[in-house]
Amino acid sequence: MTRRPVFLLSVLAFGFAFFYVPILSMIIYSFNASRLVTVWGGFSTKWYRALLSNTQVVEALILSLKIALVSASIATILGTMAGIALVRFTKFRGRTLFSGLVTAPLIMPEVITGVSSLIFFLLLAQWIGWPAQRGFVTITLAHITFSMVFVTTIVQARLLQSDRAIEEAAMDLGSRPWQVLFDITLPVISPAILSGWLLAFTISLDDVVITSFTTGPGSTTLPLLIWSKVKLGVTPDINALATLMVLFVGVGVLGAGIVMNRTEARRIADAQLAYRSGQ
Amino acid sequence: MAEPAPDSAFLRIEGVSKTFGTFQAVRDVTLSVQRGEIFSLLGGSGCGKTTLLRMLAGFETPSAGRIFLDGRDMAGVPPWSRPVHMMFQSYALFPHMSVEQNIGYGLKHETMTKAERAGRVRDMLDLVQLSPLALRKPHQISGGQRQRVALARALARQPKLLLLDEPLAALDKKLREQTQFELMSIQQRTGVTFIVVTHDQEEAMTLSDRIAVMDRGEVRQVGSPTEIYEYPASRFVASFIGSITSMEATINGRSAEGRMDLNVPALGGVVQVRDMPSFADGQGVTLALRPEKLQISKDRPPGPNAIAGLVKDLAYFGKDSLYRIALPSGALVQVHAVNLRRGDEASRVADWDDQVWLSFDPTSAIVLGD
Repeated sequence: MTRRPVFLLSVLAFGFAFFYVPILSMIIYSFNASRLVTVWGGFSTKWYRALLSNTQVVEALILSLKIALVSASIATILGTMAGIALVRFTKFRGRTLFSGLVTAPLIMPEVITGVSSLIFFLLLAQWIGWPAQRGFVTITLAHITFSMVFVTTIVQARLLQSDRAIEEAAMDLGSRPWQVLFDITLPVISPAILSGWLLAFTISLDDVVITSFTTGPGSTTLPLLIWSKVKLGVTPDINALATLMVLFVGVGVLGAGIVMNRTEARRIADAQLAYRSGQ
Repeated sequence: MAEPAPDSAFLRIEGVSKTFGTFQAVRDVTLSVQRGEIFSLLGGSGCGKTTLLRMLAGFETPSAGRIFLDGRDMAGVPPWSRPVHMMFQSYALFPHMSVEQNIGYGLKHETMTKAERAGRVRDMLDLVQLSPLALRKPHQISGGQRQRVALARALARQPKLLLLDEPLAALDKKLREQTQFELMSIQQRTGVTFIVVTHDQEEAMTLSDRIAVMDRGEVRQVGSPTEIYEYPASRFVASFIGSITSMEATINGRSAEGRMDLNVPALGGVVQVRDMPSFADGQGVTLALRPEKLQISKDRPPGPNAIAGLVKDLAYFGKDSLYRIALPSGALVQVHAVNLRRGDEASRVADWDDQVWLSFDPTSAIVLGD
């Protein structure tokens, strides 16, 4: 009676295979004892050991994390300010221009952003002698410019949803606008600010295009390192590195999921509590 | 600089208008409110009542006119410096603060010790009977409790004037009635002047000492609930408050002492009402009759104003019934009759398609010039 939807199931299987077989094969081959990526030579964890003793990889990872941390934090501060300005101050001169300028990096091809950043830094070096060398600072600045817009967008969306009346209520109760900002607005939108920071952090961490334009000698981030290594042929230690990253991301997503489930369960419990106490 | 008010009114609104672009939200409103009063601004949506309230709170600046509170001109005084607090329609509780922190928020701007502040919060919690829930967050309490937190928060700094924007609109009917009386008792205990914005005429009638009926940005009438209901100044007010049957009429003359004769085609003849010297003979007016001011009977009643009709419709509500009587002229008149006797359908005053008589006292008819 119940006909198995064979077609649907096979489409589903194919779709999942398309997504996950490459990642899975990468994970499996990271435990390959053979030097050749495509030939299975028995189980081994030697590439993981090789990875940890490879100072180049460790240095690249630390640089990437440093850039991501600094650029995400500054982008979050600037992006939040822009988001608040766009939502709360509906009438100021050049608002349309400002909103266009803020969101332009979202649709600008990365290559363009990268090239223009490079030219800008070169010109700047000519005019004022800074930056003499490209590296950590120039990469961080470029990352701030293009990850800020993501924070702005998230903060803007959250602010548009929030009830303007709570800010008016705080003002009505005696708080000046800047007090309202710190007492009410920022705490209320803090989850959006946090997710904006996380997004900016991730984007910075895995960026290749803009980084390769704004980097200089001796400043190799992890994605740049992987990219340059792969150009010389895929080695199993890259597989090991990628597997570690998948593990890291997987644990992160799982953790976030558990926290969200807990929050939802607590919200339901709270609602029931409210209902009972309302009787 | 702050000249004292020439009259003793606590709040004076003088010729206040507000224009948004080309839209005039409030037109030349002049009102005075006494200290300790519950004053309602009543009107449909878009009548300007909320804009007027927001101008009192300082969120909007009047395009014209002045507002005096306790003799002080409020022009240029920002919301955070006004001794006026507002209870928002959405309650606008701070979601990241507990009930206690919400109520105490405004107090951080007062010069008082920690102990005094805690004491004030405790008093407020007692006032709205929420002490057991002091540590809950707004999403952990019910709608009625949120409303009380909003009230306590607005009262905590002991404002001179409390503005309430649709205070009961978000509550269900049963809770609304209970809360209405709570609001009134809290107002009496605190002595704070309340200004209530509402679209609900019943709410305005029960809560208020006085009501201003607003329409399209203008105040149409100001008076006590009784005045507004029994002596409406215009057809708009008459039909906005309660239900009413209005009919075209002309003044036919004065045949008896203190009486005025009205020719009402819809009623099929001449009726007598109380004389109002402001109307001239021959003038066209409107006769308005409230459903409960009409009597219904099977036999012709004595007296001048008796009209025959047919029961067209009947709605039984238990304690009373609403009849719709068709007159020979084709007009429909609504009559409210209290069901005094207990019994089945047979004991009712009238039934569908019964021939009945309507009558009303000359003093209970409303005659309107516009």
